[in-house]
Amino acid sequence: MNSRLSAITLNTFREAVRDRVLYNLIIFVLLLVASAPLFGQISIGLERLILVNVGLSSISVFGILIGIFIGIGLVSKEIEKKTLYTILSRPVRRWEFIVGKYFGLVLTLVVNAILMSVGFYVALLISEHKLTGADGHLLIAIYFAVLEFLMITAVTLLFSSFSTPIFSAIFAFALFVIGTFATDLRNFAAAAHGMTKWFATAAAYAVPNFASLNVIGQVAHDQPLGGSLIVMNTLYALLYSAAVTAGAVLIFERRNLK
Amino acid sequence: MHVIEIQGLSKDYPVGFWKKQLRPALKPLDLAVEQGETFGFLGPNGAGKTTTLKLLMGIIFPSSGSARILGKDFHDPEIKRRIGFLPEQPYFYDYLSAPELLDYYAQLSGVPQTGRKQRISEMLDRVGLGDVGNKQLRKFSKGMLQRVGIAQAIIHDPEVIFLDEPMSGLDPLGRHEIRELIQSLKDVGKTIFFSTHILSDAEALCDRVAVIHKGELRGVGVVNDLRSSAAGKTEVIWEGASALGSVSNYALEPHVTGDTVRATVSTELLDTMLERLRQQHARLISVTPLHGTLEQYFLSRTSDQEPVRV
Repeated sequence: MNSRLSAITLNTFREAVRDRVLYNLIIFVLLLVASAPLFGQISIGLERLILVNVGLSSISVFGILIGIFIGIGLVSKEIEKKTLYTILSRPVRRWEFIVGKYFGLVLTLVVNAILMSVGFYVALLISEHKLTGADGHLLIAIYFAVLEFLMITAVTLLFSSFSTPIFSAIFAFALFVIGTFATDLRNFAAAAHGMTKWFATAAAYAVPNFASLNVIGQVAHDQPLGGSLIVMNTLYALLYSAAVTAGAVLIFERRNLK
Repeated sequence: MHVIEIQGLSKDYPVGFWKKQLRPALKPLDLAVEQGETFGFLGPNGAGKTTTLKLLMGIIFPSSGSARILGKDFHDPEIKRRIGFLPEQPYFYDYLSAPELLDYYAQLSGVPQTGRKQRISEMLDRVGLGDVGNKQLRKFSKGMLQRVGIAQAIIHDPEVIFLDEPMSGLDPLGRHEIRELIQSLKDVGKTIFFSTHILSDAEALCDRVAVIHKGELRGVGVVNDLRSSAAGKTEVIWEGASALGSVSNYALEPHVTGDTVRATVSTELLDTMLERLRQQHARLISVTPLHGTLEQYFLSRTSDQEPVRV
């Protein structure tokens, strides 16, 4: 990574870390995870299941929300406050700015996921008094959550590169919701005919497939996950993120900044 | 050598509901700035000064034309290692301290890590912020932010420095401090291109000025020449409007208020005119030699009616 890219990445990370709203979200998540054993107490015999579901869903959903929340302002805030003027008047390529911002937010979300995961495993240890091999499998779900972060960050950045923060948030969140039901969209496309089939298929492949990355139910029930799923999901998330980030770069390269 | 060469640079913005009409923000601009020159880019608000600077910095793209900075195309990213820029009313990452901000910009400008810390410390001392420590920028006053702005523009020791309204919004003390900073950059031979609508600052600092109005270049001049352009004229004020007829051949631009007359006269003809006034029993109130000012030049270039005579 060149020095300009790493400087933008680290500055984006530093901005997120020093943002007090981010701390509120983290505290909220930690409280939620810490209170998970209480859910178990009102669900006799299902302690672990509830704890795993609540804990992993929190890591995923709050990571996504933080990603959208910060991502929508990544570019627009720099334009609005004119900080971008002092960046682009230096030997910084526009693609370096976009990619640096992307890496910075991904780094933020990964660090958040690690902190939340530590909280989650502590709650699991308190609840079960020991950690087993099955608990190790839960890391796959956390890894898939990180893959979700790669994709949602790219999507949010794409919208942020040409739209206002509010519209970026609406578009990104809508795409997240649609992507969560990507499997249903593909099933619909398979069952449709004519033009509808064509449009539904195109839409099904265009939206990020968050459905395939959600394995919380499986790991909570100790169902095995194949190695090929991990490889395919990794490749898919990387390629999808790269393509969407490239789209953001293409838009930003041509954009006149006010 | 021309450090900045602007050739036919223009910018149009689409307006209207269908965005089919074009509104020119900058009409084709031709301008050249010499090495070591302090060049003032003057114009009222909305004249096209910031548009020009944004074009030169690659923040917006031109509709036509080109520019060369230090002999290279202005879009060449490598040229940006050798230029510095302070935007108008800059806002910086307020969660950073001044040393952190300068370190960030130094990295982006390719300042090597070796000696960077030392350079940042020296730079903060130079702009009078050596004692701010790790205080976040959100706690800085406007004047302090402007000084940080100058520091970030020169942290990589650029050869050409672009400043957009560097004194805008500052109190007299702040303006004085920034003026001193610009003067110190001028003293070490930097080429400075700065836009302003505060004419006294331009008059104090600039070697040459260009006046832009309504997106159009209205004139370029050497400040010393502009100052002397009104030399050789004297303003005379007297009481006795009836005497005006006898000096009408000498008195230029006479203004009569009641019985008081104000007129200018060529200095060579001053004695003759004063003698005539005495003969007419006019009571002399004042005789003042005139010096041209940048303000007069500016007003003459930005007036859309008859130009004011300097």
